[in-house]
Amino acid sequence: MSDKNKSRGIGGWLFLGLVVISYALVGLVVPEATSRAWMFFLNVMRQVLPVLGLVFILLFIANLFLDPKWIKHYLGTGAGLKGWIASVLAGILSVGPIYVWYAVLGELQAKGMRTALIATFLYSRAVKLPLLPLMIHYFGVVYTLVLCFYLVLFAGFNGIMVEKLIVQKR
Amino acid sequence: MMKRFSTEQLSKSFSKTTFNFIKILPIIIGMLLATSLLITLFPEQISAGLFGNGETLDALLGAAIGSVAVGHPLASYLLGGELLRGGVGLIAVTALLVSWVTVGIVQLPAESLMLGGRFAITRNLVCFVTAVIIAFVTVFTTRLIGMF
Repeated sequence: MSDKNKSRGIGGWLFLGLVVISYALVGLVVPEATSRAWMFFLNVMRQVLPVLGLVFILLFIANLFLDPKWIKHYLGTGAGLKGWIASVLAGILSVGPIYVWYAVLGELQAKGMRTALIATFLYSRAVKLPLLPLMIHYFGVVYTLVLCFYLVLFAGFNGIMVEKLIVQKR
Repeated sequence: MMKRFSTEQLSKSFSKTTFNFIKILPIIIGMLLATSLLITLFPEQISAGLFGNGETLDALLGAAIGSVAVGHPLASYLLGGELLRGGVGLIAVTALLVSWVTVGIVQLPAESLMLGGRFAITRNLVCFVTAVIIAFVTVFTTRLIGMF
């Protein structure tokens, strides 16, 4: 495990620890509020737990099927419309922390990848396929589908805007 | 044709998924606990105090919170869902959800280093604006669909 991954893993537990300490401190001042918050948490957790199981399965499938080399290949220069479609798809399908993708995109940028495609890729990451069940659970099917549609639509628009603004600044 | 996977590949993917899942679990639980506490302690303030200043200002506030927030996107769904239940408008919540995953103030130095400062700043600014636009069009479209 790299130091970066290790610290990120520890960061989550540290965050949980801080929240637990906050509960303890609030519990000393307003015990009934902490008790209500705990009951509220248990209730929400009961609803979320089955969805988390589904999230795990989808993450497993993504890990199994997606090859970073495939994504990199289709984001190359001179891909035209295919490049746009590939950027959107690769962004949606990309998993893991964004820092990893900055490095990959930086490498592609140095080799001549379009700025618009980089921005499109990064924007498309907003569509999180494995997390869709949880989003549907909270916000409903129609809302989730509409939001995903606009995110994909705006990914291309965002890419063009970023490229145009950067060119203008130059 | 269906791709066949070896036991080793399946086991490797399973381990990787389990490892990543364990990494996000304390964040999810922590976020749920924190949200539960905040909503219990400040139900009125969250819905009426911080938000509740008109759809445009609420959307800007939601986008601003999402922009500076750090954490797994799952946490934004949990927070957004609970805020919604606490009475915050869907437009503000949508702006928060979108900016959470598209704008990264905390990641800005890393993005600048790897993709260039001009690119990083421009992209984040454009993403902030589009988060607000998407919030409005998403909610209006959802309402429109709900009418039929």
